Amino acid sequence: MKIFVYIDHFKGEALAASWEALGLARSFGATTALVFGSGVDDVAKAALEYGADDALVADDSALLDFRAETYASTLSALAASSTPDLILFPTTTRTREFAAMSAVDLNTNVITDATAVEVNGDSILVTRPIYEGKLFEKVTASVKPQLITLRGRAFPKPERVAGKTGTITKVEAKTDALTTVEGYSVADVGVSLNDAGIIVSGGRGASNNPSLQPPAGLDDKQSEIWRGQQGFKLIGDLASTLGGAVGASRAAVDAGYVPYSTQVGQTGKVVAPDVYIACGISGAIQHLAGIRSAKMVVAINKDPDAPIFKVARYGVVGDLFQIVPALTEAFKKKLGK
Amino acid sequence: MKIIACIKQVPDSEAKIKAENGQINTGDSPLVINPFDEYAVEGALLQKEATNGTVTALCIGPESAKEALKHALAMGADDAILVSDSALNNLDTVGAARVLAAAIQKIGGVDMVVFGRQTLDNGSGLTSAQTARALGWSLLGLAGQIKVEERSVTVERVIEEGRQTVKANLPAVISVVQSIGEPRYPSFMGIRKASKAEIPVWSLSDLGTPFGDDVAAPDAIIKRIELMNPPARDTSVEIISGESPAEIAEQLADKLIAEKVL
Ligand SMILES: Cc1cc2nc3c(=O)[nH]c(=O)nc-3n(C[C@H](O)[C@H](O)[C@H](O)COP(=O)(O)OP(=O)(O)OC[C@H]3O[C@@H](n4cnc5c(N)ncnc54)[C@H](O)[C@@H]3O)c2cc1C
Ligand SMILES: Nc1ncnc2c1ncn2[C@@H]1O[C@H](COP(=O)(O)O)[C@@H](O)[C@H]1O
Repeated sequence: MKIFVYIDHFKGEALAASWEALGLARSFGATTALVFGSGVDDVAKAALEYGADDALVADDSALLDFRAETYASTLSALAASSTPDLILFPTTTRTREFAAMSAVDLNTNVITDATAVEVNGDSILVTRPIYEGKLFEKVTASVKPQLITLRGRAFPKPERVAGKTGTITKVEAKTDALTTVEGYSVADVGVSLNDAGIIVSGGRGASNNPSLQPPAGLDDKQSEIWRGQQGFKLIGDLASTLGGAVGASRAAVDAGYVPYSTQVGQTGKVVAPDVYIACGISGAIQHLAGIRSAKMVVAINKDPDAPIFKVARYGVVGDLFQIVPALTEAFKKKLGK
Repeated sequence: MKIIACIKQVPDSEAKIKAENGQINTGDSPLVINPFDEYAVEGALLQKEATNGTVTALCIGPESAKEALKHALAMGADDAILVSDSALNNLDTVGAARVLAAAIQKIGGVDMVVFGRQTLDNGSGLTSAQTARALGWSLLGLAGQIKVEERSVTVERVIEEGRQTVKANLPAVISVVQSIGEPRYPSFMGIRKASKAEIPVWSLSDLGTPFGDDVAAPDAIIKRIELMNPPARDTSVEIISGESPAEIAEQLADKLIAEKVL
């Protein structure tokens, strides 16, 4: 079987989920890494160290900024000439878009968000969640190449073998752009929610500390945001002590305590950490839709009847403003930080 | 400006859904407009207001999907079209994209097509990009903000790493995320208008030949082999209690360290 793995990166920083895809591909056979961008030799070299047998690199200034149409055309041309059986991608905002387009060019389709992939001779069976993870389906594509995006953290990340090399071949970039990228405002998000093994999340409860007095001169809305930010400071401290990421409920995002990029749930991100610590989050079904793949949920909530306790392994009924800082202290002590 | 909002009808997100004998059982949960597509309608209506344009809601689905289209009308869409044909019962996203593209061509003179981020049922988030590709139009995906000037459109894309500002000429396909703004509630007048609306139904033969000369409708490329309920979770919760926050925190930290999850 001929396997391609697309290595997704942002400005030359490869996403950990790309290596997970390489690891899976290697368990099926010889694997070629695909790297698109401008000045991305280091990404290709890293792909070889993470297990790719060789790499095809489309390096062109026109590919510096990700644009779905140019990346799709580049992939389609490559797939049409090299006829791989299988192309794996990590599931990201970029891969969903350009794999989707390439599938139209290649008269195939994409299977998204795979949580398991089995190869039996010629047939490739893929397990994926549907209905927000309330069900799973096992599917296969009737034509080749089969395009599959893998859910982050569903597959183990392989070890990096420093110094491992392989052939890097330059391939043609397609530059048929329809859009122009005018700029970025890149948030310093710390640990990304997609890669995080530990997530500490806050909800509306993060603003509920009556003993805190907002600075003078703030109106009601600003005061609430200020209050919420005090709660999220504590949540952020715990997250950074554990080397984890910060998440949020939609109520916390809508109220303006934290940006939308942190939202977990149906209309936010679907995450799959080892531990998800929910602080002041009630556990609405739309929030739970985002954390079904978490291996363990820990809930800290004032209300013993909050539905979040129904999905939690450990729970604390109490005030997050007391429990969260105490937990940070306890971990600092015990983990020697 | 002539704007299309693409919407689908899905089981409500509160629905209890089970796999039973290889079939999906959605119980007696109501069918609603896909929640992500309410944002698409909202995004389309904001552009209608900004440019003095019109919004047409477009859906592929069974006759019952007219209810979802009526929701879009009640929110303020000017008209609605249902594409319904028994030959379309087995569509995957590429098939849906080709049908939507053909319907958009038939409507004609369209400047902007707005999609939701993904459907609740299939949840693949592919259809917008695939429709753009089928039309040969640009895709501005995951927009949190849209701004139209003359014949160009600029969006702020919400991506993992932050925001990216991207520009294209019209016509363009846009998919939106929640930051676009809360979907408005249907007004009383809107609901009245929607309840009286006659929604035209187009069949595949009304769309010309989106699948080539002699292909009625393509079979889905992706085939389901098996349907499964998720593995049962151990949901028994252990509540940690103690005399003081410090004592509770100590215990909880010990438990988590013992679980080797950190
Ligand atoms: C179409 C649709 C999509 C949605 N998508 C999402 C989504 O993606 N993500 C999402 O999260 N929600 C989503 N929602 C919203 C969801 O239904 C809930 O409204 C939301 O999750 C509630 O957030 P919350 O738990 O922070 O707030 P609340 O439900 O208000 O809960 C706050 C909790 O904090 C506790 N609390 C208060 N003070 C303290 C304190 N000092 N210490 C400890 N605990 C305290 C309270 O007991 C309560 O349980 C969606 C809704 C709809 C209709
Ligand atoms: N049957 C349909 N009719 C109209 N629009 C649809 C249909 N299916 C999907 N869409 C649109 O495509 C988006 C993405 O769907 P999906 O690729 O299935 O996740 C949805 O949010 C809708 O805007």
